Amino acid sequence: MNPPLFRSAVARQPDAIIYLDGIEMPARSGESLITALLAAGLMTGRSEFDGSPRCGFCLMGACQDCTLWAISGERLRACMTEVVDGMELCRLPPEPGSQNE
Amino acid sequence: MSELHPVVIGAGPAGLACAKALLEAGLRPVVLEENPRPGGQGTRRLSPLMTPEAERLFGHAQAGATARREAEEDRVLAACDWRPGSLVWGIFDNRLAILRDGRHDSLPYDRLLIATGATDRIMAFPGWTLPGVFSLGAAQVALKQHAAFIGSRVVLAGASPLLYLAAAQYLRMGVRHLTIVDAASRAQKRRAAAGMAMTGLSTLIEGLRLLRELRRPDVRRIDGADLVRAIGGERLEAVEIRHASGRTETLACDALAFGHGLRPETQLAELAGARFSFHPQLRNWFPIIDADGRAGQRLWLAGDGAMTGGREAAAYSGRLAALSMLADRAGAASPVTREARALRRRARRLRRFQVHSAGAFPWPHEQAAAMPDDTIICRCERVTAGEIRKAVSSTAGPVEINRVKAITRCGMGRCQARFCGPTLQELTAAASGRPVESVGRLRAQAPLRPIPVGSADEEARA
Ligand code: FES
Repeated sequence: MNPPLFRSAVARQPDAIIYLDGIEMPARSGESLITALLAAGLMTGRSEFDGSPRCGFCLMGACQDCTLWAISGERLRACMTEVVDGMELCRLPPEPGSQNE
Repeated sequence: MSELHPVVIGAGPAGLACAKALLEAGLRPVVLEENPRPGGQGTRRLSPLMTPEAERLFGHAQAGATARREAEEDRVLAACDWRPGSLVWGIFDNRLAILRDGRHDSLPYDRLLIATGATDRIMAFPGWTLPGVFSLGAAQVALKQHAAFIGSRVVLAGASPLLYLAAAQYLRMGVRHLTIVDAASRAQKRRAAAGMAMTGLSTLIEGLRLLRELRRPDVRRIDGADLVRAIGGERLEAVEIRHASGRTETLACDALAFGHGLRPETQLAELAGARFSFHPQLRNWFPIIDADGRAGQRLWLAGDGAMTGGREAAAYSGRLAALSMLADRAGAASPVTREARALRRRARRLRRFQVHSAGAFPWPHEQAAAMPDDTIICRCERVTAGEIRKAVSSTAGPVEINRVKAITRCGMGRCQARFCGPTLQELTAAASGRPVESVGRLRAQAPLRPIPVGSADEEARA
């Protein structure tokens, strides 16, 4: 497993499961998606220009660096979206062209 | 035609103070906020996971004061037409284009207060796009909102009072490997201290108290050193810094947060018709407002989004803007009460404090000229310093920053130049050999955030 990028500041008892590109991940309901992802050492995506990993920068909704997609096609910012048990996410838009970039 | 309710955008200290004053006058403002909860940036509320830690994080006295302030804010919002989770992405003919819960909405206004605050002002440097590198504000947001630290061995770097506040909060919550790399030398700080003491003694004392708290063996503080590059493959492994003596040093770490003060969030104000002027000491563009925050016939601005001043200045300026709106409703030019005069005086003094503190936390504009060509400036579109320089040198006639943006696409990505804009400004100026104010100001365009294509179409049809 990848070393975590985020370190939890409080006792964190995962009570939910979310899926990123089909991979199961423990999470805590109510925490932000980015917390769950970075605590697992996962990146939120790759740059569509040079393929380098991106994991968020501002953590407050301004930079969009943490963008990923719900399986429904909805574009999400991982730092502004709360974990809901069973959430299914993808790092690339599920239907290309359905969302503006 | 019945009168429209006043609209407030942003539920930070400025927006909330404005809403409160409007309520007191018997109006019921609409309050729009992008976040699900009120609070703002510096005063961002703790997430439910962090709430039990408030005393540890803030200290006993401040935790109590914060709880009382938030309870009061909740009372104010309960009496308003409060709409959290509202993303205002455009303004067309005195109507706000809003996206909320995936639905499109359009809200007309006749008096509008914009209090969108400020975000970190960033000077790009090689490697800043590596995972593990965050903005300075992010280090604090991680803790308050995400109940997490950005790493275990943390470097906080740049030029900002937030360096010390974030360090103290990390320390109180148990992080032990902390390094503070302050770009300003101690001499620069001492020089700025006199002006700071005259305009904001209590804030200065608070700052000195933080410095004392951080004076301990497990916190390393380096003054007068710059960031050279962030090192790592798929993620951050170390940062290289350059000391004032010229010597370089590599600090092993798994997280870096950096920033160089604040830049106002002015994109909505611009779409609402605000005009701008250049502030030479802060070396940045600010919207033009009158003494009460009025920026146009229907437009008022308050808080750090109008002029950097911090939480207290934001609250004074928000209340003042409300008094000005009320005077305007009654057909008067501006409020003449004693309260209005006192608010003007206090807000002005706190904003002067920020100008003095810019001496202690300078914007490192001179770094742009020396930046290596392969440095990524625009993290969204991956535009490099070299590409920007090439665009500048190939432009015929006077260099204009929006032209450079159009040629290179720097600033046209999903963050809309929020984080690359300040570097782009300085690079354009340095590469063309002209003063930064003469290369122009980056213009904003709707949509201010990426939105589903359908919403823009709906807006066009509406
Ligand atoms: S990290 Fe910047 S928008 Fe999420």
